[in-house]
Amino acid sequence: MDRDVMRIVNLGVEIDGKKILQNVNLYIQKGQTLALFGPNGSGKSTLLMAIAGHPKYKVYDGRIIYKGKDIKDLKADERVRMGIGISYQNPPKISGVKLREVIKHCAKIGGTEDKIDEYVKLLKMENLVDRDVNVGFSGGEIKRSELLQLLLMNPEFVMLDEPDSGVDLENIAVIGEAIKILLERDKPKEERKKSGIIITHTGRILRYVDADYGVIMYKGRIACIGNSYDILKTVEKYGYEECVRKCLRTL
Amino acid sequence: MPENSLKEDLKKVGIERDPSKRSASFIMIDNKPMVSFARGVEILSTKEALKKYDWLEEYSWKLIEKRENDFDGYFIRVPRGLKVEFPVEACLYLKRIKNQNVHNIIIVEENSELNLITGCTSEKLSGIHLGISEFYVKKNAKLTFTMIHNWKKKNEVLPRSAIRVEENGVFINNYILLSPVKYLKAYPTAYLDKNAKAVFSSIIVGFENSEIDLGSRVYLNGENSSAEIISRSISRGGKIIARGHLIGNAENVKGHLECKGMILGSGTIHAIPELEASNPNVDLSHEAAIGKIAEDEIFYLMTRGLSRDEAISLLIRGFMEIEIKGLPEILKREIDRAIELVEKALI
Repeated sequence: MDRDVMRIVNLGVEIDGKKILQNVNLYIQKGQTLALFGPNGSGKSTLLMAIAGHPKYKVYDGRIIYKGKDIKDLKADERVRMGIGISYQNPPKISGVKLREVIKHCAKIGGTEDKIDEYVKLLKMENLVDRDVNVGFSGGEIKRSELLQLLLMNPEFVMLDEPDSGVDLENIAVIGEAIKILLERDKPKEERKKSGIIITHTGRILRYVDADYGVIMYKGRIACIGNSYDILKTVEKYGYEECVRKCLRTL
Repeated sequence: MPENSLKEDLKKVGIERDPSKRSASFIMIDNKPMVSFARGVEILSTKEALKKYDWLEEYSWKLIEKRENDFDGYFIRVPRGLKVEFPVEACLYLKRIKNQNVHNIIIVEENSELNLITGCTSEKLSGIHLGISEFYVKKNAKLTFTMIHNWKKKNEVLPRSAIRVEENGVFINNYILLSPVKYLKAYPTAYLDKNAKAVFSSIIVGFENSEIDLGSRVYLNGENSSAEIISRSISRGGKIIARGHLIGNAENVKGHLECKGMILGSGTIHAIPELEASNPNVDLSHEAAIGKIAEDEIFYLMTRGLSRDEAISLLIRGFMEIEIKGLPEILKREIDRAIELVEKALI
């Protein structure tokens, strides 16, 4: 059987007619987590949005094959039902809609109705679930809210867009804990069934959750694949441009 | 009309006719008023009350100019110091006649409290409802007035309301329009004394062939008085004018006006927020916005497993959700139920 749970093949994505991603190829196996690096505007979030099915992010070329099926024409909620979950870097603030209402839907999707209280507690969300979604939430609270929703949805393929940005020291450990559960990084390698992509700018979250490998996205293309810690070290030392140049030479 | 469907019609506008849920119940079918039951509060037809009490002349047609004759309606008076636990309900029902002329007088005496729910509805497909309401909220008293309207497509509805709120008094007004209506025009106006407070919230939906011109106006005449006007208008093919007017005439008055509109598909919304001041030490502000449902919000909810329709429904519901401070729980339930009906009608 095919070990690849997600195959992004020659993917091209445009927004309002402007090409953002070109010829992106990525294969992710069952049980694997990939760390996605890249400078601002390189197309990292675009890739996640296209996989999640945002209608504004148009696939003009290539395929997104999830569990053997091309999902690029499916609606976002259909993709969710197939097991794809996303947490946003900057989710919208929704006045009048209580977070409790939304997590009820998440729990229904994930079949985790009995875990609501446990996860609310784990993510220290007791005082936030009866508030309007993300309205007046701090940076850390937004990330915790996103992870609470994902934990309850219990997706097989997890996409996390900068779960560590704008999060203070106190929150990062809680978030790391939640991501470990989400991606089954707390289990031995051979038992892991969940896969995912973590976008991280600073790599801070990798101190809490390990990734199987790292990928650099640069100017809308996959520019580099390697050990995530090596990539991080090289980027820290030389910057993205130099790192990519070194990579391309060795590829 | 069979009794059952009358009952259903009344329920939709918050009329229960159940003594275990209401302190008093009044219904006026066409021009015939009737009191079903009353506890603690005094409730009579306006004509009867005017016969019974000479002093009522001091209140009748004093806040609103008399233009027509032959009116009847309800007279409600809460005695001093009484806090009425269950809401009082009043229903105005247009059944056969062409014009229903209503004149209501509500007096909440000093230190007392009343929750009044009025529901107006019609069996007749056409017809004109002309409703005059004069409210007197005395010192330290509180009146929460909730009006739910459910009309038929060709009804014309022209209420005129005015409210006098004395020192430290509080008036909270909630208005919900559930249904299509041919024409509805209202501009309830409150006059506030020292430290008095008024809050107007309205949720209106304009369906096709409906024309709605609705606003709230508050005169902040006493020092430290305050007012808030919040409106949510949804047009689905209808024409809506959403007005609001705050007039600051005294020291340290405070007022805020929030007018939000959403157009679903087609229709028009014209928001007219007005601020006026004749005193330098006032704090008046307004915000008005008209738009459609944000695509990013729909997508966000879809990635939580909601279908597009479910997401839109939840967002419309959220748009209509207004946090009304000081609203009793029992009324909140009535309002939630009314909003649910609006939601059903929209989707």
